[in-house]
Amino acid sequence: MAVVSTPATLERSVPVMDNAEVLRIRNDFPVLNQMVNGKPLVYLDSGATSQNPLSVIEAEQEFYEQRNAAVHRGAHHLAVEATEAFEDARQTVADLIGADYSETVWTSNATEGLNLIAYALSNAALWAAQGRGDSALKGLALKPGDEIVVTEMEHHANLIPWQELAFRTGATLRYLPIDDAGRLSLEQAAGIIGSRTRVLAFTHASNVLGTINPVRELVALARASSALVVLDACQSAPHMPLDVKELDVDFAVFSGHKMLAPTGIGVLYGRQELLDILPPFLTGGSMITTVTMERAEYLPAPQRFEAGTQRISQAVALAAAANYLTETGLDRIHRWEMDLGQRMVAGLEALSGIRVLGPAAGEERIGLAAFDVEGVHAHDVGQFLDSMGIAVRVGHHCAQPLHRRLGLTATTRASAYLYNTTDDVDQFLDAVAGVRAYFRA
Amino acid sequence: MSLDQLYQQIILDHSKARHGSGLAETPAPNGASTGQSHQLNPVCGDEVTLRLAVADGKVAQVSWDGAGCSISMASASVFSDLAEGMTVAELHEVIDNFREVLRSRGKIPADPELLGDAAAFEGVARYAARVKCAMISWVAAEDALNQAS
Repeated sequence: MAVVSTPATLERSVPVMDNAEVLRIRNDFPVLNQMVNGKPLVYLDSGATSQNPLSVIEAEQEFYEQRNAAVHRGAHHLAVEATEAFEDARQTVADLIGADYSETVWTSNATEGLNLIAYALSNAALWAAQGRGDSALKGLALKPGDEIVVTEMEHHANLIPWQELAFRTGATLRYLPIDDAGRLSLEQAAGIIGSRTRVLAFTHASNVLGTINPVRELVALARASSALVVLDACQSAPHMPLDVKELDVDFAVFSGHKMLAPTGIGVLYGRQELLDILPPFLTGGSMITTVTMERAEYLPAPQRFEAGTQRISQAVALAAAANYLTETGLDRIHRWEMDLGQRMVAGLEALSGIRVLGPAAGEERIGLAAFDVEGVHAHDVGQFLDSMGIAVRVGHHCAQPLHRRLGLTATTRASAYLYNTTDDVDQFLDAVAGVRAYFRA
Repeated sequence: MSLDQLYQQIILDHSKARHGSGLAETPAPNGASTGQSHQLNPVCGDEVTLRLAVADGKVAQVSWDGAGCSISMASASVFSDLAEGMTVAELHEVIDNFREVLRSRGKIPADPELLGDAAAFEGVARYAARVKCAMISWVAAEDALNQAS
């Protein structure tokens, strides 16, 4: 079943990306211009972390050189400048994903965003039990008998926080299984997502399989059960146009470092009416209205969820990254990367002893491919490729249950971004073609 | 440093030969004191369970089960060949020396007199991410040795 969760109407008038454009783009990324083990670096590990263009590096540097100050306090000039930069950055990122300004919360990364949601929900149970906060909190409080549903393909970051939330609240964790090709079955999902389901958390695009999940169909199932929907957008927000309102999810998270920005900054989108009533996760400075020695009242979102001094320069840099992606065109980037993903899979499938995880060539996938090499451990594959200057990820990619489901412990993953050419993919494929002979497999 | 210096022939050979592999097939000798240790590298999933039998102050047998990369499997194989017949004190010295060489980032050369075929892992010391691969069976052996002696 072919299901696409990205806007289907790509503008035909917009020229598609080509290698010439990618080579120009590469000039914006200083780190890509280096030799590794005597060969020009071929960076195919953007699924783990992406590289930064000069505009992002300069935005962070410019902030520290000209505007650095604590935000939301102090009457001095620099404090005003810093606050403007910080909040302008929030608006830029909100615009990128179709969210409102006050629905866009800064986090350290997607992992923190998911933990924030999970802890806010268990705090909701504690508050509701003591009659604290909005009366609607009762409806968000999880209790024994309630169910949290995830999928078998989740990154540990979108699994463990829900295991722990289930532990804290007495709710039950269930999961939507995948088939051998790595797809979710909507028929099975319809049998699992039901009246007991209170939270449905799933990844938009799999960091291992490359599958794009059917967001609309899953959201429809959750809506019929009045369950909250949490979307892990780590592998989608950096690579394709995203509109959280159109997708109709309640929460979405992603990390800046996977989308051309520095580490240490991430984003949580939450529907306004939820963020306004949910208890905070972290508490402390900058998120309160009135504090006495006994208790505190909290600001509305987004400040409600931003305790302590924030990651100001990183937020500014993430906005610069969002602008870089918007100017290049996320629809164009998406199409280019999907082509690279197809090129990877078609090339890998043509080699003997290679098993590609997830959809076969010709089926929809994002610009990455994880694979097993018969008779050669992924660590050795990665070392072999590194000796040719090719950077890939090896291991379980923070998805042990998924690997176990597929009968594997570790795989090799190549993941592309807007700065990868078809030549990068071809060099990678040529290198993989030599792996089994070298290790006598 | 070239890939061939990391993956020396002896390592590629042992990664296939896997001397000492097969816990169930090789019961410990009667009367020997045994120790067994399971080690897991959560980063890559490499796994080794190694049993070591000591009799009359000497290593009588090394047997192991494992799954992992060529370096980790070759290392367990080489260790099995090397350790059998050594006294407990000798084996401790060899394990200590191997660890020192592996953690030296290439600054301490391996002594073939002391380490035998295990000297082939010298190149691993230059690849920080792979040191644990080469060490995993030796860590298990040290633990098993302490139990058995």
